[in-house]
Amino acid sequence: MQAKHLEIAVGLFLVVGFFAFVVIAIQVSGLNRDYNSDSYQLTARFSNVGGLQAGAKASSAGVTIGRVKTIHLDSDDYEAVVTLAIDARVDFLTIDSIAAIQTAGVLGEQYISISIGGDEEVLVDGDEIEDTASAIVLEELIGKVMASFSK
Amino acid sequence: MDFFQQQGKNAIENMRSLGRSALILWHAALWLPVSVERYRLLLRQLYRVGVLSLLIVAVSGLFIGMVLGLQGFNTLSRFGAEQALGQMVALSLVRELGPVVTALLFAGRAGSALTAEIGLMKATEQLASMEMIGIDPLHRVVAPRLWAGFISMPLLAAVFSVIGVYGGQLVGVNLLGLDHGSYWSNMQSAVDFYDDVVNGIIKSLVFGVLVTWIAVYQGYNARPTAAGIGESTTRTVVFSSLAVLGVDFLLTAVMFGD
Repeated sequence: MQAKHLEIAVGLFLVVGFFAFVVIAIQVSGLNRDYNSDSYQLTARFSNVGGLQAGAKASSAGVTIGRVKTIHLDSDDYEAVVTLAIDARVDFLTIDSIAAIQTAGVLGEQYISISIGGDEEVLVDGDEIEDTASAIVLEELIGKVMASFSK
Repeated sequence: MDFFQQQGKNAIENMRSLGRSALILWHAALWLPVSVERYRLLLRQLYRVGVLSLLIVAVSGLFIGMVLGLQGFNTLSRFGAEQALGQMVALSLVRELGPVVTALLFAGRAGSALTAEIGLMKATEQLASMEMIGIDPLHRVVAPRLWAGFISMPLLAAVFSVIGVYGGQLVGVNLLGLDHGSYWSNMQSAVDFYDDVVNGIIKSLVFGVLVTWIAVYQGYNARPTAAGIGESTTRTVVFSSLAVLGVDFLLTAVMFGD
């Protein structure tokens, strides 16, 4: 009986400990976003992605519909190519949708906002979003304002 | 001349004890709980080292998380960046406070008990009797305790961090009115699994080895008197706390330094 109590207590301890690891991995570090298997990929080209990073969210009307998977520089036209993984349930993004890089708050993290257009055709896996708006880089903006003041 | 002789004597003695402790660690590391009997020994030590430390670790984690939530909120709200509270709490806990504070608590709660127990076994000549009847006390007494420490420490640190994060949520979200979604989403986008979480786990593993190693060695090497056991127990807590803090700096410099 004594040994049984001991085994139960130690077993519970081990389970609690490993459960804590799982919570850290999934809940705290957001690891699960990599395993979102039910998704399709879209690409979008931007002249400047600002501070956008892989893992940032893609949202439409404020609702998160996907994540930024990779960002790389195109060697031909030197534009940033952003690959998005969009939730498979959101299969109604029209081909004239607009992808814009926006900032949550003034200095917050950057994300991609997708405005859905009115076309009949929808985007499917591997398509590219043609209409894009690059990130507003605060420093550039301040630079322009300063330049216009000094004229 | 006496001064130099004293220095040399100390140095030789220190090297000798380092060698002895390395031998203890080496012998114990080769001991694996493969048979039923070894498994039972390990189980008992896991209970005493791990399960009995769980409560103090959980309560400390909760309070540290709550304090981080309060302090972080106050400081961040000056810059209008309260949303970053989640990432501040989670990064502090996962990278630093989880492993370090757990190791300090572990040294006080489990390390001191290990030293006192083994020291008393030595003082009452139980270890010598074991050798007499052909049982290696390194295997029977020391190894299960070391392994229990190695296994328990990372688990305890993980529990500490998780409860701390929820403690931060309790204060930041439920008490001070931060948005629940931004607390978690900022945290998830800021905390990287490999850079932060895995490094935190490595830290807690290293600290677990350090603390139990020091505790077991101090007990095994205690002067076999009541006062000697007291001294060794104090040394365990002092040495392992210093070792944890020192090694933490080194590990942090290596992991996050660049």
